[in-house]
Amino acid sequence: MATARKRLLRVAQGVGLALLVAQGFPKVAQDFSPAVLAQSPTFGVGHAPNPALLQQIDIDVTPDGKGLLPGSGTAAKGKDVYTRRCETCHGPTGTEGPQEILAGGKGSLATPKPQKTVGSYWPYATTLWDYINRAMPFDHPSTLTPDEVYSAAAYVLFLNGVVGEQDVLNEATLPKIQMPNRNGFVTDPRPDTPIKRK
Amino acid sequence: MQNERSRSRRWFLGLGAAWSAALVACQSKTASPPPAEPRALGAAVSPYGSRSKFEKTARYFNQNTKVPLEEASSRTPLHETYGIITPSSLHFERHHSGVPELDPATHTLTIHGLVGRPLVFSVDELKQLPSKSRIHFIECSGNSGGEWRGGSTESDVQRIHGLTSCSEWTGVPVSTLLRECGVDPKATWVLAEGADASKHDRSIPMKKMMDDAMVVYGQNGEPLRPEQGYPLRLLLPGWEGNSNVKWLRRLKVMNEPAMSREETSKYTDLMPDGSARQFTFELEAKSIITRPSGGDTLVAGAFCELTGIAWTGRGTIVSVEITTDAGATWAKAELQTPVLPIAHTRFRFPWKWDGKDTVMASRCTDSTGYTQPPLTELITVRGMNSQYHNNGIQAWKVASDGKITNGNRA
Repeated sequence: MATARKRLLRVAQGVGLALLVAQGFPKVAQDFSPAVLAQSPTFGVGHAPNPALLQQIDIDVTPDGKGLLPGSGTAAKGKDVYTRRCETCHGPTGTEGPQEILAGGKGSLATPKPQKTVGSYWPYATTLWDYINRAMPFDHPSTLTPDEVYSAAAYVLFLNGVVGEQDVLNEATLPKIQMPNRNGFVTDPRPDTPIKRK
Repeated sequence: MQNERSRSRRWFLGLGAAWSAALVACQSKTASPPPAEPRALGAAVSPYGSRSKFEKTARYFNQNTKVPLEEASSRTPLHETYGIITPSSLHFERHHSGVPELDPATHTLTIHGLVGRPLVFSVDELKQLPSKSRIHFIECSGNSGGEWRGGSTESDVQRIHGLTSCSEWTGVPVSTLLRECGVDPKATWVLAEGADASKHDRSIPMKKMMDDAMVVYGQNGEPLRPEQGYPLRLLLPGWEGNSNVKWLRRLKVMNEPAMSREETSKYTDLMPDGSARQFTFELEAKSIITRPSGGDTLVAGAFCELTGIAWTGRGTIVSVEITTDAGATWAKAELQTPVLPIAHTRFRFPWKWDGKDTVMASRCTDSTGYTQPPLTELITVRGMNSQYHNNGIQAWKVASDGKITNGNRA
């Protein structure tokens, strides 16, 4: 506690970063690599990411397509990928399960038995590509090549009637796909119950 | 006063005035003979404690389901825990692709995107930074989700509501880390991503990240449990469980949400008109009587303390009211101090049961003036398909034989 207070005082007195690093954080002080330039200015910890390692984990894809990997695929090619890697969990036509139902459900959202599938519910095709790429197959995630991901996504979209069997999906075409439920989402309006009981 | 509204509504079972003013009580314990004088030594000291062999309390999960147990939930025994802190070993679980085994010596947190200075922090480095400890609940947005469609009369408080737990969390404010990285002040979203098999990810508004978000490594005085994100998790006080990303490996500062699967196809609330609410982060005020509750049996005439928990993602619980006469009258419960913001709050209410059928329930009010609504009111607005974010009043039905069952099913 006392040491911590002393450290803060030193900073306040303008003794500066060098002293803080040298006296307060010996592990860092022993490692004056070029990365020190990228270290956090106040506390002198952390290092600049290695560009190759950062690229490995920077996997997210946004609706504009940023983050999609180079490659391409079609539903025709995707049938094979789907049969080998997806069908056990999602069924021959994406409607049988036993896991997540991927296809069908069109027009069901406002009924007592809604079916939230890729075709009936998902607002962005980029989300489908991203999720297959990051998390599928469930027990062997991140083992599909980018071409296989494009093809599997194309096949699931084909099962939903969103793309044709020969339509080519790639970094340019996939973000342009208009999903049927693209405008189905609203922001949180709560509290939404009629009475606030003081 | 508040009774007028309650009488006019008869929100859970439409019960008549004949069931009012019941006095109720708990099952009495039979006395056991005193133990013999100890004549043998006990166990020696040990490096890491464990509970008594006589205690069997456990998390509940359904083993007979097609859902793989790696993406299942296990639920906290709310009826068998005391006070406001959930033991780490009984904290609820909800995983999307199993619990990864992460080595704290090699696991790192990378902060990048719209920052002047992208940085990678080791777990040890994060522990060197100015820390904070705060007591907060985490509740899964799917908690109590079965009740939207009436639930099951056989169900109990653990199975209905066990996806909420409360711990003391220790870590570093996200604002500290983002400032160290020279965050672009105009950036609006931060993507948080885990190192689990599915790389679970959620987009979080920058305002929350700068307000009170933390990267935590401590839970109840020791490192996080693996099931709770060891060695690092995001903590977003009061926000739905899955946004508190476990096994945190990456924060990416962005100008838009990523629209990940877990914020589009999941964790969105389907409304009767077919539209769906998105980014429904805050958990609204909620309370439950946890003991006695579904599955317990009351004994007429004996003293019985009703106890339970209340919490809100929007501030502090200011009052909890109890009805033991099916909503005809409500009386204030005693709140156990400390009453902390965005934390489970323990309440108590002395009671005796007179042996007649009735319904008991609790409702809470938080510091924003919001009072927990009857489930029927939520259903009126949101329909029965919204699946998530049910904070409606839990009714417990007491039969004339003393058996307590889920009273939400009218």
